[in-house]
Amino acid sequence: MTNIEETQLPGVGVRQDFVTKGGRRIGVIAHRGGHRELLIYATDDPDRCRESVRLEDQDSRALADMLGSPHVGHSMAELQQSVEGLTIDWLPVREGSACAGATIGDLEVRRRTGVTIVAVIRGADTLPSPDPDFRLRPGDTAVVIGTPEGIQRAFGLLRGT
Amino acid sequence: MVAAAVDAAGRPGNEGALLLIELGAVVVVLALLARLAGRLGFSPIPLYLLAGLAFGVGGLLPLELSEEFVEVGAELGVLLLLFMLGLEFTADELGTSLRMGLPSGLLDALLNFTPGLLAGALLGWEPVEAVLLGGVTYISSSGVVAKVLADLGRLGNRETPAVLSILVMEDLAMAVYLPVVAVLLVGSGMLAGLTSLLIALATVSGVLMLALRYGEPISRAVFSRSDEVVLLTTFGLVLLVAGVAQRLQVSSAIGAFLVGIALSGPVAERARDLLGPLRDLFAAVFFVFFGLQVDPAAIPPVAAAALVLGAVTAVTKLATGWWAARRTGVLARGRWRAGAALVARGEFSIVIAGLGLTAGVDRRLGALAAAYVLLMAVAGPVAARVVDPVVVAVQRILAGRAAAARPARTTASEQEALGVD
Repeated sequence: MTNIEETQLPGVGVRQDFVTKGGRRIGVIAHRGGHRELLIYATDDPDRCRESVRLEDQDSRALADMLGSPHVGHSMAELQQSVEGLTIDWLPVREGSACAGATIGDLEVRRRTGVTIVAVIRGADTLPSPDPDFRLRPGDTAVVIGTPEGIQRAFGLLRGT
Repeated sequence: MVAAAVDAAGRPGNEGALLLIELGAVVVVLALLARLAGRLGFSPIPLYLLAGLAFGVGGLLPLELSEEFVEVGAELGVLLLLFMLGLEFTADELGTSLRMGLPSGLLDALLNFTPGLLAGALLGWEPVEAVLLGGVTYISSSGVVAKVLADLGRLGNRETPAVLSILVMEDLAMAVYLPVVAVLLVGSGMLAGLTSLLIALATVSGVLMLALRYGEPISRAVFSRSDEVVLLTTFGLVLLVAGVAQRLQVSSAIGAFLVGIALSGPVAERARDLLGPLRDLFAAVFFVFFGLQVDPAAIPPVAAAALVLGAVTAVTKLATGWWAARRTGVLARGRWRAGAALVARGEFSIVIAGLGLTAGVDRRLGALAAAYVLLMAVAGPVAARVVDPVVVAVQRILAGRAAAARPARTTASEQEALGVD
């Protein structure tokens, strides 16, 4: 698990940063005014930012999309809630996962995990109540409802190769 | 020349026109100076001061500005500067910084207040004036520091939280320092002074507690969708509380500051945007007004003192930042950058000296403070810019010398032994 460090910057905002697997430190400042700043640290001096790029809202969104974490999932995370033992969650369909290209019926998600796919988010569209012959594509996000354990299993199923 | 025009015309209607013309001309000059400062990458504060010196009595271009008008403008400038200072940090950030950065903050106060205090004593000034001079050398310019850090792309650097936390601590220190100075300046007897000081400090801590606990409901009550309403409410509140504080002899500046602390959340964001331009305008008037009050002829006699004081307090700020950054686990280069970032003094040094001038202390304080800020507001950003290349060069030279000093015949095993040792 990546260890993200969070630091308060009084009067500016909040900085988050981490060291990549390759040993480079990168981070983001969430400015109080709303915009973000992408930070890339220098290699000769671990405390210095070599590059800092100002990102407006739309830029952050575009970058997040390119990096493969569906932005919509992030903003919906706040809505996530448990209702009497059931959890709603957003599961990404990754490039190269076995379920990409398969239909929901083929995957037998409900039979194998007890979890129901209630909607699929594709780009800017949300497709509610997909049929069993709905074909999942890489980049889709499945909105699922089920028990926490079931969702854990469904996450493995959708990610599996 | 301008005065002659008044004599020739002499009618009251023309006086109003003349006021507008003079004021307009001054503000246009300030605009040009701000543009120049922006081009050079400097803070405009020293240029505003120079403009004030030039327009004042004994300056290059003495104007007979309507003193009253400018004075009110200058006072608004001080109030808005302190209000925005209070607004800059949320109560939450104050709390966090107080927990994490207290040792650095104390070192900062010790290292940077003392030189001013001692200089005042050495110059044979009154104790109040020495305390004021201590304040002048103590407070870094948060405006200049924040701008330099943003311009140089250093907000993300790992030494920056240490720098910002020092600024927050100075911010808090002002909350104690200003009432003390206000009481000292009134100069009543020992007992009366102590009583009013206690009242002042009790008021300040009371308001701080209120702000920490009830900041949110207060802010919600002030908030409105309409910019106009927010602008008028906050501006009115600042003046009102400042006036009441003045009445209670707590100093109007601290009143404005406390209003800034009390506001938080969305209303603080809006107020920052809406009152920022107003602050810039009146703060510029304030710096000019301060310059007007200083006789340029009084500066050369104190120039040497300002230079020495500047050199000493540049070193003490460097040391403060160095130590504060080291506490947060930053390496050598970052420590020096943190120190250099703090060197700049500016608006709040002038505010403190201005409090003294308004209360009628020795004029030499004004001249020395003006010379000192002229120096440090320019030297600070320069220091922040050059520190990194200088440190790298010095490190390289030291590394080279160490390599040369190490005898060539040292064998690998000997080196290992040295390393173990």
